Amino acid sequence: GCRTLSLSAHVGFDSLPDQLIKKSIKHGFCFNILCIGETGIGKSALVSSLFNTDFEDSPSTHFLSSVRLRAQTFELQESNVLLKLTVVKTVGFGDQVNKADSYQPIVDYIDAQFEAYLEEELKVIRSLFSYHDTRIHVCLYFISPTGRSLKTIDLLTMRSLDSKVNIIPVIGKADSISKTELQEFKKKIMSELVSNGIQIYQFPTDDETVSEINTITNGYLPFAVVGSMEKVKIGNKMVRARQYPWGVVKVENENHCDTIKLRRMLCTNMEDLKEKTRAYYESYRRCRLEKLGCRDTGPENKPVSLQEVIEAKRLEFCLEMERKEEEIKQRFVQKVKEKAAMLEEAEQQASMPVLTKFERLMLMHQEEELKLGEKKKLLEAEIAQFIEKKAIAESIQSQVSNPVSLK
Amino acid sequence: PHAGPVESKNEAAMSELVPEPRQKPVVPMKPMGINTSLLGYIGIDTIIEQMRKKTMKTGFDFNIMVVGQSGLGKSTLVNTLFKSQVSRKSSGWNREEKIPKTVEIKAIGHVIEEGGVKMKLTVIDTPGFGDQINNENCWEPIEKYINEQYEKFLKEEVNIARKKRIPDTRVHCCLYFISPTGHSLRPLDLEFMKHLSKVVNIIPVIAKADTMTLEEKTEFKQRVRKELEVNGIEFYPQKEFDEDLEDKTENDKIRQESMPFAVVGSDKEYQVNGKRVLGRKTPWGIIEVENLNHCEFALLRDFVIRTHLQDLKEVTHNIHYETYRAKRLNDNGGLPPMTVETEENHESNL
Repeated sequence: GCRTLSLSAHVGFDSLPDQLIKKSIKHGFCFNILCIGETGIGKSALVSSLFNTDFEDSPSTHFLSSVRLRAQTFELQESNVLLKLTVVKTVGFGDQVNKADSYQPIVDYIDAQFEAYLEEELKVIRSLFSYHDTRIHVCLYFISPTGRSLKTIDLLTMRSLDSKVNIIPVIGKADSISKTELQEFKKKIMSELVSNGIQIYQFPTDDETVSEINTITNGYLPFAVVGSMEKVKIGNKMVRARQYPWGVVKVENENHCDTIKLRRMLCTNMEDLKEKTRAYYESYRRCRLEKLGCRDTGPENKPVSLQEVIEAKRLEFCLEMERKEEEIKQRFVQKVKEKAAMLEEAEQQASMPVLTKFERLMLMHQEEELKLGEKKKLLEAEIAQFIEKKAIAESIQSQVSNPVSLK
Repeated sequence: PHAGPVESKNEAAMSELVPEPRQKPVVPMKPMGINTSLLGYIGIDTIIEQMRKKTMKTGFDFNIMVVGQSGLGKSTLVNTLFKSQVSRKSSGWNREEKIPKTVEIKAIGHVIEEGGVKMKLTVIDTPGFGDQINNENCWEPIEKYINEQYEKFLKEEVNIARKKRIPDTRVHCCLYFISPTGHSLRPLDLEFMKHLSKVVNIIPVIAKADTMTLEEKTEFKQRVRKELEVNGIEFYPQKEFDEDLEDKTENDKIRQESMPFAVVGSDKEYQVNGKRVLGRKTPWGIIEVENLNHCEFALLRDFVIRTHLQDLKEVTHNIHYETYRAKRLNDNGGLPPMTVETEENHESNL
């Protein structure tokens, strides 16, 4: 423990929070929301309503064979705060006939973001300062407004996620439930969550300035939300609302739905959500490193174990590199040999007298002449033979036709 | 050189050990739509207040080291900076004590509070620096201490189960005291700053500046700046870490005109023009420490405490520490695990 000293005059380090804030503003903030819910339950409409901005998104089909996740990043600015907001939505959740594996892609996605951060953290040369943090800070789980109870898939999914992410359950399309039914529904949901041991995010109550409002808000969970992409003219203003023949549901009216409460709670507890996400990350990291074989067996072993792993991998990699290098070298040597042989052959051919076209033709001509000369000789020989044969034949014939008296 | 291949091997190796998660949907890094102003107030800007509350609750650590020969007024200056007895003045070496053979490192921590902001301030004194006949390598114990703090932090960071907030004993700022000879920097000054400017933020100050006239001061400062530049010594704020144009303009002015700050320190108050001011009384007048006409103490104070305190910490964390870490993880077999002296060197001010 250190002794506390009193200052005799103003020093000026009370500007530290401002210095830190100035840097954070320059750097910008980021926030990542994951929306899980069935197709058509109003995820896109709610996000647009929460941030009062129309985030473009095409509606998806019901016929996807497996659950996928779609992520979009937006830059929002309010006064001097620049927020990089990433909204990840499930696509095709609850559409399959067999929903057994529905939650797996979601778990995998959340883990993948932790993994990406861990990889960056473990790099030798890393840039954590400028790393775009994609870890999910809050998960809005959309419950169907059946008015009855949670579905099995809801329980399964939330249970698989509650140790990895902050879960805020919301009732989607809540304008289809009456107020009294809603109260009963909320109570039922909360008791089911408790009895199934599912941990949902509780708004922090340790700070006195917010503990009261947070305790009250915790009592409104799950939030009954209504979202709308359309605006309706009420009086002389355009407000986000849903127009029915029997009335208009105003998204931003706290009597009509809890959308504004959700918005307020998300915004004023962003820092706490991020802090709790960091804690989830630490758990993930711990598991992951333990799986890799690192242990905190004692004060001496701490750096060595992780470093040993890194060292071992580095050696492995160096050996692999050496092997590859050798391989490439061999291939290079081979190629050089081949090329050398090729060049040698070409050189040999080149060292033969190079004949011009004319000379070639002359050669050809001479060769032809020789050949013709030979053929001519042959022909002349044949002709001579023929004449001889003819002469003999004629003389025989004349002897036959003109018998010569023998005296 | 080895950094690139190591990373990718790590990634590859990790995915061999644990089966790849089934899908890796890519989060697009570029924003899809830019909305510079929202239609109506949402409440996103409350994050600033949340940040402020959080930092006020957790408090800050700040560790400042002072280096310079004895008698240059280091302790007095630090006490004047923080308006309290954060550093114990050494009374010099009396006959019974031996001058230590090497530089000692003495770190003393105090908690001070102002405007609801709690700061744990640690002043690291380096008695014996430059006091021996042969001062070769007297920066080594200092460099060793600085690296030990990085090592301590790294050990904590690398733990499987780590603390939410790792205690930060790393040296955020090193005030190097230059003797006001009026001529030039001494070889010892250059040697020290050359070695240490690569591992820690060094802020050179000209001590006991009341021994120089205004002209002498300006010329000396110019010469010192030139010498530092010629020797490739980058003092804080380093040019390469300016984040944007705003930083660069602000820091250029400080680097090229104000630094090194010529300072005078004092813990005594005198009455001047009806006000009580900190000062040094001489036969020829009272030197007011916080009067910008007399010395640049106020500039140093504003620079270190009121404007660049957070930045000093961030440069230490994002750059010096990362450099140390990368080197440590890269070295063949790594540096031998250093024995980290923890409790012995931290005196509590009893």
